[in-house]
Amino acid sequence: MSLWSRIVNVARGDRLSREIDEEAQSHIEEAVAQGRDSAEARRAFGSALRHREESRDVRLIAWLDSLRADAIFGWRQLMKRKATSAAAILSLALAIGACTGAFRLIDALLLRPLPVADAQHLYVLSRKGIDFDGKPATVDGWAYPAFQLMRAAVKNQADLLAVSYAQRMDLTYKSDAEMEKASVQYVSGWMFGTLGLRPTLGRLLTENDDLKPHAHPYAVLSYDYWTRRFDRDPEVVGRTFRMGDDLYQIVGVGPEPFTGTETGIVTDVFAPTMMHPGAVHDDWTWHRTLARLKPSAAVEPTRARLDATSRAFEEERAKGFTGMSKQDIEKFLDQTLVLEPAAAGASDLQSNYRVSLVALGVLVAMVLLIACANVANLMTAQASSRAREMALRVSIGAGRLRLVQLVLVESAIVAFVSGALGGLFAWWSAPFVVGMINPADNPARLFLPADWRVLGFGLALTLGVMLLFGLAPALRASAVKPATALKGGEDPHTRRRMMHALIAAQVAFCFLVLFVAGLFSATFERLSNRPTGFVANRLLILDTTAQRAESPVFWDQVAEHLRGIPGVQSVALAGWPLLGGGGWNGFVSVNGAPPGPVLAYFLAVSPGWVDTMKIPFTFIDGSDFLPSDTFPGAAIINETFAKQFFNGENPIGQTIAKGGAPCKVVGVVRDAPYRSMREPILPSAYVPFHSIDSKGALQPVRDATFMVRTSSVNPMALASILRREVPRARPEFRVSNIRTQAELVRGQTLRERLLAMLGVFFAGVALLLAGIGLYGMLDYSVLQRRREIGIRLAIGAPAGSIARLVTMEVFTMVLVGALAGVALGMASVRYIETLLYQVKAGDPAMLALPSLTILAAALLAALPAVIQAVRIDPVAMLRAD
Amino acid sequence: MPKTDSLQGSLDLLVLKILSRRPRLHGYAIMTAVKDWSGDVLRAEEGSLYPALHRMEEAGWIRAEWITKDTGRRARIYELTPAGKKQLDVEESRWQAVTSAVNRVLRTV
Repeated sequence: MSLWSRIVNVARGDRLSREIDEEAQSHIEEAVAQGRDSAEARRAFGSALRHREESRDVRLIAWLDSLRADAIFGWRQLMKRKATSAAAILSLALAIGACTGAFRLIDALLLRPLPVADAQHLYVLSRKGIDFDGKPATVDGWAYPAFQLMRAAVKNQADLLAVSYAQRMDLTYKSDAEMEKASVQYVSGWMFGTLGLRPTLGRLLTENDDLKPHAHPYAVLSYDYWTRRFDRDPEVVGRTFRMGDDLYQIVGVGPEPFTGTETGIVTDVFAPTMMHPGAVHDDWTWHRTLARLKPSAAVEPTRARLDATSRAFEEERAKGFTGMSKQDIEKFLDQTLVLEPAAAGASDLQSNYRVSLVALGVLVAMVLLIACANVANLMTAQASSRAREMALRVSIGAGRLRLVQLVLVESAIVAFVSGALGGLFAWWSAPFVVGMINPADNPARLFLPADWRVLGFGLALTLGVMLLFGLAPALRASAVKPATALKGGEDPHTRRRMMHALIAAQVAFCFLVLFVAGLFSATFERLSNRPTGFVANRLLILDTTAQRAESPVFWDQVAEHLRGIPGVQSVALAGWPLLGGGGWNGFVSVNGAPPGPVLAYFLAVSPGWVDTMKIPFTFIDGSDFLPSDTFPGAAIINETFAKQFFNGENPIGQTIAKGGAPCKVVGVVRDAPYRSMREPILPSAYVPFHSIDSKGALQPVRDATFMVRTSSVNPMALASILRREVPRARPEFRVSNIRTQAELVRGQTLRERLLAMLGVFFAGVALLLAGIGLYGMLDYSVLQRRREIGIRLAIGAPAGSIARLVTMEVFTMVLVGALAGVALGMASVRYIETLLYQVKAGDPAMLALPSLTILAAALLAALPAVIQAVRIDPVAMLRAD
Repeated sequence: MPKTDSLQGSLDLLVLKILSRRPRLHGYAIMTAVKDWSGDVLRAEEGSLYPALHRMEEAGWIRAEWITKDTGRRARIYELTPAGKKQLDVEESRWQAVTSAVNRVLRTV
């Protein structure tokens, strides 16, 4: 109560003073009325001012009051120079906002613990080794039988959980005509119990739901999906849906905050691992393995035990390998199991974007430092122009601390206004960046709560920023020597030394940002200009599925039907699209020789696929498949395949075999990327869509892709017609997904596009800020030295020497900063190497571009100050002072 | 005995006591009351009386209000709050304890 009234009194300080004065006045009047002499009464009362101060200090909080006075004074100071203040606040707001936004992303993706019990004891299992292409690789996929062995081996040290990669799958609550997509994860039944999760509705899965393969068609919905799809209908428990061949029953809804363990993907439906067809295969790696260590267990012994179990499993499995040399098998087995902390979950989004986000974070931190240096220089310049005011304050008895407070309060206003604006920017920018991670059909969904973590970070950042740019000028201002300051100025060089150092630091940071942004842009440019070998425009991809596996003859019928639709130029079938993520590989033997160590990639395609993709043949006597061609039987290979396995001989007519399935090479086509734009072209073989077994019978196919080349520029215009026409051709066929090939190609450079875009944006901001900083600095130094310049001009100094005088020191600093920037850039580039594509950090062009840009910006920034210096009129100047 | 204004920390006690007997007094009247009721021995200086009044007001022992007197002059008058009554009891018993202790010492020596 009392504290509150004292705080309130701070806000109405003027009224308080008036009241105290009035009471004193009434006291004296009363004394006079009692017959005392007015002068005597006044003397007895004492100094009204002292009286007021004493009473005020009792009735309000003195330090708060002085703070209030300083805040008002600081605000007036800022309002006096609206333009510079606004520039300072805007640049800081942008930088603080960008930093907070980056923190939100990093926190949400990499740091924030999952909303489960003891998240800090969660680990993810992966294997480090050398992959078949001879490169070091880490694999986090596991086969279920191996998982079961490992689970039993460490049951006293840890609870092991199998969690499949989240998949967009087709399911329906009604008829097949109403199929919809949901993100499905197969998880160990005991996962919910182990993670301490409680159902919102119904029950969660348990160990008993995960015992026998294909025996437990139960599912749990996530809270998010329940809300989105069912509007929180409590009747949802007990409903059924069909997914694949199975009818699942919904048994419950999970807890609200839990969206699965794959950060960046929100799981809709959880099903038991035993319902996954891979549960019985020892060569399907289809799930991650999470381990929750028991409190008593140590990491390393558990890891060693898991490692031994996994190795024993693979050794057993390798005994069944045929067609692989002993050496290759050994290489394959030489893997180490690693346990990595997974408190924040485990996902591809994390591994793909970890380095990118941290790199972005560093870039925006650099921008923030540049902005801070700018404001610090501004404050220093301002403090020096206020040196007389400060000196006066010291002379009449202001304490040093009080002066520090005076200047710091002004900085605090700048910092907190910027912080608030920056918060708004972060609120908008973080979801914007997540929205850019939107591969076709599967955009990232990342929850970005604005809670105490983000708020605390923003607040700490704002305070840090305030001290960073405010403390030095405040200390400097408070250290003013009244005698020299009032006499007309102290040694200006001391002040400028710090400003020069700040300029050098700004240039160094700016160089780093420009350099990294250049690397990112070059990567994006090279990657997106890399020839694909096919023509992606006007190409539509129809991922199609049949109720059950159907003869390829029926698939051909559907393709034929689609060819008759107006606007369709050509149609072909393929197992999956190029760059779509699918893959099928194996070791190849040439002309009956034993298989070599290089993996080749295969794709089943129909006759006409090569034409539809517009991949040109390279050998004149090569040709497309005939409708009668089958696999095994015939193959079309790409140039890399020909180079790899035929050493420049004509491969046409020769035989390649994949695991005992011989194919005659009928054609060679131009290289096209199979899985990814980043990796070198893989040796690829296209084989006929019609596949036969050993008895010569056609193999039925359940899922395949129609590649449709349209005549319209926008292939999506045909999407709804084609979706309708496929079941019309054969009712058991259904389009599950429509994409364009161009989307898939763009999806390959999503991360690079994001990095290049944000990199260039922040490079622009950094350059602008550094330019403004340089301009301000030069402008200030000309202002400070105008007397000296006036005298020099008066005694005949040429304009050139004046320009040199003004810019010399600063340009030395720019040079020093640029050199430091080069060193910084070279040192930091190895951390982002994985993000780069065919770009070398030492490339002279990569270094020259930022250097020239900074030089140009520096020249531009220096121009106004130089012109001003040269134009100084010595007569007017010397007379004025 | 010299005329003294060193009230030895008993100013609060005196003000509270005066206000408990005669509520709604202004500062000058309280000052006069201290002087008169102590038989001209004690004096509350303006320099310490007003800060003390304001301090006690902030502490919630007394509350103040502006009134216009018959003469047309405005005055700020004070009266005791319930908390002030309690505080008066505390201060009184403490004063009694101190004076009796001092007396005991004087008697012994």
